[in-house]
Amino acid sequence: MNAIHYLRCFAGITTREWLRFLNQRGRFFSALVRPLVWLAIFATGFHFVLGVSIIPPYETYIPYPVYIAPGLIAMILLFNGMLISLSMVYDREMGSMRILMVSPLPRWFLLTAKLLAGCVLSVIQAYAFLVIALLWDIVPPWYGYITVLPALVLSGLMMGALGLLLSSAIRQLENFASVMNFVIFPMFFASSALYPLWRVQESSLPLYYICEANPFTPAVELIRFALYEQLDLQSALVVLSWLVVFMSLAIYGYDPARGLIARRAAAE
Amino acid sequence: MTDLPALSIEGLGHAFGPRRVLSNVTFSLAPGDFTVLLGLNGAGKTTLFSLATRLYVQREGVIRIFGMDIRERASECLRRMGVVFQQPTLDLDLTVERNLLYHGSLHGIAHHEAAQRAAVEIERVGLVDQRRDKVRQLSGGQRRRVEIARCLLHRPRLLLLDEPTVGLDIASRQFMLDHVRRLCREEGIAALWATHLIDEVDDGARVVVLHRGEVRAVGEAAQLLGETRTPSMRAAFETLVQERAAA
Repeated sequence: MNAIHYLRCFAGITTREWLRFLNQRGRFFSALVRPLVWLAIFATGFHFVLGVSIIPPYETYIPYPVYIAPGLIAMILLFNGMLISLSMVYDREMGSMRILMVSPLPRWFLLTAKLLAGCVLSVIQAYAFLVIALLWDIVPPWYGYITVLPALVLSGLMMGALGLLLSSAIRQLENFASVMNFVIFPMFFASSALYPLWRVQESSLPLYYICEANPFTPAVELIRFALYEQLDLQSALVVLSWLVVFMSLAIYGYDPARGLIARRAAAE
Repeated sequence: MTDLPALSIEGLGHAFGPRRVLSNVTFSLAPGDFTVLLGLNGAGKTTLFSLATRLYVQREGVIRIFGMDIRERASECLRRMGVVFQQPTLDLDLTVERNLLYHGSLHGIAHHEAAQRAAVEIERVGLVDQRRDKVRQLSGGQRRRVEIARCLLHRPRLLLLDEPTVGLDIASRQFMLDHVRRLCREEGIAALWATHLIDEVDDGARVVVLHRGEVRAVGEAAQLLGETRTPSMRAAFETLVQERAAA
């Protein structure tokens, strides 16, 4: 097996994810509608409640919708990461995971290919959101649309890797609802997506520390700064570290000799 | 390479915690062999397949594919192996053709090459008219045919088929059996056909009887009839399964 075999395999996995995505057009619209609902209703409603002072990377007072836009982009990435997880659990229940697992290519590569394929879809949806967000006067500098790309890719990979890790631990499709309650909502709310952390710090110090430790927070900040042509190096390194941790654990989880999959077989 | 057994299993054992499901399983398949792995539900057939395909890692015994230890050279072993699992494994929302192309890509086969091979295999299983249909639209028998076509796409030299005819009507079952036997006879492919259906063992078949995780007998069907002094495979199987229990 040489590089060209790996490339063909990656192309095959990406094509399948793409076809699946096209088959489920509702998924695309719901991925867009979800943050737009936040933007149109929540941001408008809270516009007068939450005052946002001048904080980097912003150089002036900004309307609340502008503040939460990076968080909503990160939410798209998070939901897509969980969809990778859902797709893996669905594949396992429907049996098609076995075909992936008996490929002669190494398992770490198959999982990475799945992750990259999912990330491509995440980034496309994030850009679609940025286009629609223009209607709410969320207009970053035009160069920001380019500088945000690496931030979207890195954050998308990190959240996809979290999805892969969860999929190795989730036993059945029915258990997936708990992911919504125990992963998506806490990650989203306990972060800097909806409010700056200095405001959280003022009201609750423990919650502030939770927000700081939440992998979602550096992803939001990385996107926020990148959208305004700035590199938040600390957030980038933290997101990268979480990516390595989540992906390593996911590969361990899918290892037939050691991981969660093997332990599950033993339990059944 | 052709002198080496296509599949050789020596002293294979496996346990899920305290529950032992395979003990000291030993048998082999030569290229071109059609061997039926006969056992009741729960005999350990699917576990054996999961170990041979590396879905589980074996800790007791050795599995060799054309002389290569699957633990040491998993990639080369998997390349030579085509598998039909007991559980359906097709993507229902993709077309027949797309399912085969996806499988081809997982084996690193170029798109145009995979498309050509897919056309040949789809024709061989008689599904040319359905090649652009989504798998969801196909009958159970047709889906199984697609799985056979798919597992041949990367031109394996060893087929592992786990209960491939479960739930199929008589005509579909016969088609599957004839197709695989023809592959063994004409192309020298070795096939291990796991089943609990005794009537799938015909006179010329080689049989491995697996019961409660142990190999009870290995041999030609006629030979087993002679050894057990029974008139039918069903009677021979019952004798082999009971003998050890009584002992």
